[in-house]
Amino acid sequence: MTLLNAPAPSATAFGNAVALSCRECGTRFELGAAYACEECFGPLEVLYDVPRLTRERIESGPQSIWRYRDLLPVPADVAAHPGLQPGWTKLVKADNLARELGVRSLWVKDDSGNPTHSFKDRVVAVALSAARQLGFTTVGCASTGNLANAVAAAAARAGLRSVVFVPSNLEAGKTVTTAVYGGTLVAVEGNYDDVNRLCSEVAGDQPWGFVNINLRPYYAEGSKTVGYEVAEQLGWHLPEQVVAPVASGSLLTKVDKGFTELGKAGLVEPTPYKVFGAQATGCSPVAQAFRAGADIVKPVRPDTIAKSLAIGNPADGPYALDVVRRTGGAIADVSDEEVVEGIRQLARTEGIFAETAGGVTLAVAKKLLAEGLLDPDAETVLLNTGDGLKTLDAVAPVVGPTATIAPSYDAFQKAGLA
Amino acid sequence: MSVSVRIPTILRTYTDGAAEVTADPGEGATLADLLETLDKSYPGLKGRVLDDAGNLRRFVNVYVGDEDVRFAEGLATPTPAGASVSVIPAVAGGC
Ligand SMILES: Cc1ncc(COP(=O)(O)O)c(C=O)c1O
Ligand SMILES: [Zn+2]
Repeated sequence: MTLLNAPAPSATAFGNAVALSCRECGTRFELGAAYACEECFGPLEVLYDVPRLTRERIESGPQSIWRYRDLLPVPADVAAHPGLQPGWTKLVKADNLARELGVRSLWVKDDSGNPTHSFKDRVVAVALSAARQLGFTTVGCASTGNLANAVAAAAARAGLRSVVFVPSNLEAGKTVTTAVYGGTLVAVEGNYDDVNRLCSEVAGDQPWGFVNINLRPYYAEGSKTVGYEVAEQLGWHLPEQVVAPVASGSLLTKVDKGFTELGKAGLVEPTPYKVFGAQATGCSPVAQAFRAGADIVKPVRPDTIAKSLAIGNPADGPYALDVVRRTGGAIADVSDEEVVEGIRQLARTEGIFAETAGGVTLAVAKKLLAEGLLDPDAETVLLNTGDGLKTLDAVAPVVGPTATIAPSYDAFQKAGLA
Repeated sequence: MSVSVRIPTILRTYTDGAAEVTADPGEGATLADLLETLDKSYPGLKGRVLDDAGNLRRFVNVYVGDEDVRFAEGLATPTPAGASVSVIPAVAGGC
């Protein structure tokens, strides 16, 4: 591998990462299984000492998130370990959708193409690398479904035990696609926030690596790769606008971090961009805080078909607000009917079947265009983070055969389908 | 009867490593009273949960029973005898 003008990355467990640092008060901690600041409870994030990087080095890497390993808390040989190799998903030029929306240039970053069909494979891959380096043999998570899929599958591949907790009212598609990997799947009679609380308590007492709890700083870094890929796939430049779905707010926050880091590293021109967030009205605590001009996000009790976004108490909500405000974006929400219409429109125009989160994102983009907040003349990227096959229930009541006919040419003609 | 309080890992330095402690803030006590009482047995604990202005920190969740106190009355939420209280860092949100 060619490494131009750069020292070889250190062969340490966490690559170029040097410490964990509190996002609130800046206190530093050693790299380890820690996630909350002992001083102020603020979330910890990974700090790096990144060597000079070149586009060539990244481009010569694997077609997975590991092409960005120098910018992640993973060892240099991370790609050699058994894993699902997520990432490098398609950036689809969405001309048909652009025409319908009246947008000049539009792309859909289609993360349904990941191994377990959502962007969660990215975060899990980084978290499991950390789990391996920290010596955990059991990994777990609290999940609304996609993370459960990703953890169960990646743990199976990596030979780790998995214990995954989900709300018991999960979509059947997400239950089956988690259980099939043979790990322990615990259905909790409560909503996601209840599940999360339980897992926080379990994580405090069991020697397990919970990807979204004690491994959270590493997990969260995986989302940056969405931002890196969008920029690289656009020919190494930043889009002017991006719309991301918001549950905990981590993805949105890290896409921004990814864009910023590329600019700082000199890998792209640090041009301005706006980040927009999308929620379903039935669980829109961050959108509500945005509208109210508030800094704190008041928790809500979720009630929406967009279950993957149904976090009533979003951990990174305040940071998502910071990002959209700093970049000049916005966060909006849409009704469940609009979500379903969003799913259908993306499928009808671009042949991409998104799960409810993707429907939320497209529907919010439409709303923001109508409100004049999204600029129809600016380069726009919508993030589709999951696969519609997992949330068939959302559209099953409203789509079906155009006609049901007897198997005869006569019947075909009579049905007026020609 | 007293109130039991679950302590998160990062605060166990204040409780000699105990994951659960009890306190008796008295009849009609609120979460604020409970924290005062706890701070007498475990000095410094209150200052970790509350900020300088005396409000619950932005990234801490406190539950009385199953109820997040932000859905109830915050620091004025009653903590009756026999209640179980959990203090949990709010940074766990994966989905
Ligand atoms: C498909 C999908 N999109 C988006 C999100 C939101 O991610 P975040 O919690 O990082 O905001 C999730 C979370 O589960 C998801 O499953
Ligand atoms: Zn701190």
